[in-house]
Amino acid sequence: MAIWIRGGRVVDPLKGTVEEQDVVVDRGRIQRLAPWGGFNEDGPRVKKIEARGRLVVPGLVDMHVHLREPGHEYKETVATGARAGAAGGFTALACMPNTDPVNDNRSVTEFILGQARAANLVRVYPVAAVTQGQKGEALTEFGDLEAAGAVGLSDDGLPVVNSEVMRRALEYAQYYGLTVISHCEDRSLSAEGAMHEGTVSSQIGLPGIPAASEEIMVFREIALSRLTNCPVHIAHVSTEGSVALIRRAKEDGLAVTAETAPHYFTLDHTAVNGYRTDAKMNPPLRRPEDVEAVKQGLEQGVIDVIATDHAPHSPLEKDVEFEQAAFGIIGLETALPLTLALVEQGILSLAGAISKLSLNPARIINVEGGRLEQGGPAHLTVIDPKAEYTLGPEDIKSKSKNSPFLNVPLKGWAELTMVGGRIVWDRHPSHTRS
Amino acid sequence: MSTFQHKDLLSMEQLSVKDINLVLDTAESLKEISLREIKKVPTLRGKSVIHFFYEPSTRTRTSFEMAAKRLSADTMSLSASGSSIVKGETLIDTARNLQAMNPDLIVIRHSATGAPHLLAREVAASVINAGDGINEHPTQALLDLYTIRERKGRIKGLDVAIIGDIAHSRVARSNIIGLLKMGARVTISGPPTMIPCEAESLGVQVIHDPVQAVRGKDVVMMLRIQLERQSRVLFPGVREYAAFFGLNQARMKHAKKDVIIMHPGPINRGVEIASDVADGPYSVILDQVANGVAIRMALLYLLIGGSRRGDMD
Repeated sequence: MAIWIRGGRVVDPLKGTVEEQDVVVDRGRIQRLAPWGGFNEDGPRVKKIEARGRLVVPGLVDMHVHLREPGHEYKETVATGARAGAAGGFTALACMPNTDPVNDNRSVTEFILGQARAANLVRVYPVAAVTQGQKGEALTEFGDLEAAGAVGLSDDGLPVVNSEVMRRALEYAQYYGLTVISHCEDRSLSAEGAMHEGTVSSQIGLPGIPAASEEIMVFREIALSRLTNCPVHIAHVSTEGSVALIRRAKEDGLAVTAETAPHYFTLDHTAVNGYRTDAKMNPPLRRPEDVEAVKQGLEQGVIDVIATDHAPHSPLEKDVEFEQAAFGIIGLETALPLTLALVEQGILSLAGAISKLSLNPARIINVEGGRLEQGGPAHLTVIDPKAEYTLGPEDIKSKSKNSPFLNVPLKGWAELTMVGGRIVWDRHPSHTRS
Repeated sequence: MSTFQHKDLLSMEQLSVKDINLVLDTAESLKEISLREIKKVPTLRGKSVIHFFYEPSTRTRTSFEMAAKRLSADTMSLSASGSSIVKGETLIDTARNLQAMNPDLIVIRHSATGAPHLLAREVAASVINAGDGINEHPTQALLDLYTIRERKGRIKGLDVAIIGDIAHSRVARSNIIGLLKMGARVTISGPPTMIPCEAESLGVQVIHDPVQAVRGKDVVMMLRIQLERQSRVLFPGVREYAAFFGLNQARMKHAKKDVIIMHPGPINRGVEIASDVADGPYSVILDQVANGVAIRMALLYLLIGGSRRGDMD
């Protein structure tokens, strides 16, 4: 049966346009994409979805999530993470390798893909480890991992310390078309730090993580990209200094791309006050000046991607002393309204925002999606830009509820998410359909 | 009479000037109990106080025990090594178990910043922070304020230098907050590795050179150098620290003539403070210890003396 998404404002991030169009989906593909009103085929064979006043956008792609499976299924599984992603408007997720065992070989990559197929919700693209066991020493089998379905490489939270290893990883990965994603952190500087080193850490007596611990590694990755002429992607940019370094690298024409997460353009380090472990993440929330710089980086195209760094943790890791609490927050279900807030603030255009949530990440990890085209795969999201909801823990689809954005009213939510022509999320299944 | 409107004492930050004066005045009226032949009054009879120390402590723990006993409270002591902590119990579970036994007050020392705040949220009992991580040690600051007021007759308008590892000192942080609230001027001093990030935002002046820092001061407070931190490259060694930052007679001369020298203990003789300074006429180090008992008696009285909150309804 065909699905007719009627009269929504269709966003094309490539052309930068927003036009009222009909989208007709059948057999997993977009069969028709034409100005509103041209199509009029009522009948039992067509399921009609009224989308007037809604946005219809390419399915969102989150290139940085933690799905915790295998090994930490009590926090999240591929299935629960995929459900959370679908509810957040995402049609594709790239999951980091810090599972147990680490995704550093074909069998773990295949296992994750198998779980994703069984869940049958959104596309899941494994990011494999750069080094065996994320130990920073011997490279993993990039060729074999790529053949198994990995789309990128990262040692994520245990970044590669040895610059020679990182250099060779960039060179070797390029041959297989795998993107190397770097979590930039000089762990000798961040050490036992629990929050951003600054006025707030001095006031509330927590060990700090200086901005330099991120920036030193951002600089190194840029230098290695320059040396090797290979692309590198900088994960979760959080500081003014990092934005400046990446801006300069782009001006020099280097193949450096970057992402940030919604919390880095929404909250600053004062959110930690009261020792709130839901405001503890790595990199940490920074100064208001950094928040402004991250926004400017997004506006000026220095930062290409908004990714969530969705990091589920249970109360076992979060309802403890702040310094002992795990780093990270969930993000899949709140990224869209937090990003649309930037559109409201005039920092991003609508097409620009959707671009950072779909087209740009899809290009960087080289997966399908990011555009709605006649004949193309029907991965799409219908957004109600005016809907305002306040999520409580009971509304969260993720297994973990560690978010500073619960019980806060947010505006602009995914109403319907479609992957390969199949509806995987429908906020109002009964009353908006005819 | 004004009253103390807090369930817990977690930080100097939470106290108003009025609160601080109330604690100091109460301590003053209770101090003479420790000088009596029979050093015990029935004020807290039937109340139970748990001393929960996740970190080693001699002075603070003894001081709290003595304060509680002199007010006739029943006390018990737990340490991390003798508790279920070693069995992997979380702080919240420990808190709930302790609460189930219905104590009136829990004194906690913990290596993690904010742990007393977490405990206080979980229990109905009052909580006193006896030191959390590098954050605060409010009872130490209160006894220091008491000692300063006792010696100088006032706190407002005094010039105070605090010298040592300010960045990792909960004593310094609580004293900075308390002294500034009470109208003193505070200078912090030490090698740059020991000064907190953006220290001026705390409202203090930073002078690294100890002679310049001491100059014209009414009060000089030395902090213990934590020798175990040497491995963390904060300073090259004890010898160099003593030579360049230790308080000796020569450096002390630059302070006011009637300066008082304070130290929260335990002291490293010959490192941050020369023996003749620690034992000299300007030193009030042992007064601090004596006053600590009075301050803790005052806090116990203010928090759990009289009828319990809620019983009045």
